Amino acid sequence: MFNFDRFLFALQYMWKGMLCIFVVIAVIIGSIYLMNVIHNAVAKKKALRQGEQNNQ
Amino acid sequence: MEILYENVLLLFQNGGWQRVVMWLIGALLIYLAIKKDMEPTLLLPMGFGTIIVNIPAVYDGALSTLFNAGIANELFPLILFIGIGAMIDFGPVLSNPKLMIFGAAAQFGIFFTFCLAALFFDLPDAASIGIIGAADGPTAIVVAQKLGSKYLPAIMVAAYSYMALVPIIQPPVIRALTTKKERMIRMPYKGKEVPKVVKILFPIIITVVAGLVAPESIDLIGFLMFGNLIRECGVLNSLSETAQKVLANLITIFLGITIATRMNAAEFLQWETLLILGLGLFAFVFDTAGGVLFAKFLNLFLKEKINPMIGAAGISAFPMSGRVVHKMGLKEDPQNFLLMHSIGVNVSGQIASVIAGGLILSFAAGFGLFG
Repeated sequence: MFNFDRFLFALQYMWKGMLCIFVVIAVIIGSIYLMNVIHNAVAKKKALRQGEQNNQ
Repeated sequence: MEILYENVLLLFQNGGWQRVVMWLIGALLIYLAIKKDMEPTLLLPMGFGTIIVNIPAVYDGALSTLFNAGIANELFPLILFIGIGAMIDFGPVLSNPKLMIFGAAAQFGIFFTFCLAALFFDLPDAASIGIIGAADGPTAIVVAQKLGSKYLPAIMVAAYSYMALVPIIQPPVIRALTTKKERMIRMPYKGKEVPKVVKILFPIIITVVAGLVAPESIDLIGFLMFGNLIRECGVLNSLSETAQKVLANLITIFLGITIATRMNAAEFLQWETLLILGLGLFAFVFDTAGGVLFAKFLNLFLKEKINPMIGAAGISAFPMSGRVVHKMGLKEDPQNFLLMHSIGVNVSGQIASVIAGGLILSFAAGFGLFG
C-alpha cells in the first residue's frame, strides 16, 4: 500500500503543475493589462476626434 | 409483512450493520446541513440519498438512472458551473489584475496533497484526492469522475464539508504563519471602473488561454466563463438570473442526491475514507499556507507591503474565504478594510482552481494515468 516511488513520481508533477498555473495566470494578467491599454488608447483617440469635430 | 421481516433480518446479516452506520452518516449530514448550516443545499440531499441507497435491498432505481445521466458523464457539475460563472463578478480582479497571482499560489495544497496521497493511493485516485484542495465541488467531481476514482463519494463529502468549514480551518493557519504586525498591514483600495468591453472579453480570453495551455480544462473553464459571459454581456439578463438562481439550485438538488448513490456501505465504509478526509483537510491547510507564504515572500521585494492574509483567500471557496480574511483584518484593526482585495483574490482562486483541475487532467492524459 505504502509506495514511496509513487510519491517521488508525483513530486515532479507538483512543480510542473505550480509552474504551469503561474504561467497561465501571468498570461491572463498580461492579457487584462493589454485589454485595458488598448481600451484606453481607443477611448483617448475617440475623445480627441470628438474634440476636433466640436472645434470644426 | 413478510418483506418487512426479511429486510429487518438483512440488517443483522452479512454486515447489515454497516447499512445502519450509513443511515447514521446520512442523518449526520442532514443534521450538519440543518442545524449547523453547513452547505445545506448539498449536504441535505446527500444525507437523504445516503439513507435511501442503504435500504437493505440492492438499490438500482431512479437515482442510479440520474447518476448515469448526470454524474457519470460529468453533465451536472458542468451545468452547475454556468450558474457559478453567472454569479461571479470579476470586477475586483479586473481593476487590480495583480491579485490573480495569489489565486495561483494558493493551489499549492492541491499538488502537495497529490504527492502525499500518492504514498497510499494509485495516481488517478491520488490526483482526485489532491483536487479536494481546489475547494470547488464541481471541479472535484469532474476530475474524480474523469480519472475513474472509486472514492468519488468520500472526495465529494470532504470537498463540500471543508468548504463549509473554511471559517474554522483558515484562521488558525493564517494566525500561525503571520505576525500581528503583518495582519495589521493596511491596503488602500484604489478601485477603478472596469470598461464593459473588458468585462465581456475577459471570459473569452480566459477560455482561450486556459484551453491552449490545458486543453483538458476546456469543459470546466468553458462552462464557467460561458456563465460569466451571460452575466456581463448585458443583453441576457433574464438568462443570467435564471442561471444564478433556478439552474444552480436545480442542479445542486440533483447533484447531492445523485452523488449519494455511491454512498453505499460497501464502497464508503473503508479505512481509505478516513484517510481521504484527513488528506482533504491537509489540502485546505496547505492551500491557505501557500497563499499566505507567497504573499510574505513578495513582501520581501515590495515597497508597498501586502497584507499576507489576502493570500489565503486564493482558494476557490467563494465568497467565504474572502470574508474570513476581511473579518480577520477587522479584528486586528477595525479600520482595515481588506474586503475588495480578498474578494479579488478569491475569484482568482476560482479560476486558478479550475485551471489546476484541467492541468491534473492534462497530466493524466499525457502520461496514461487515466483509470
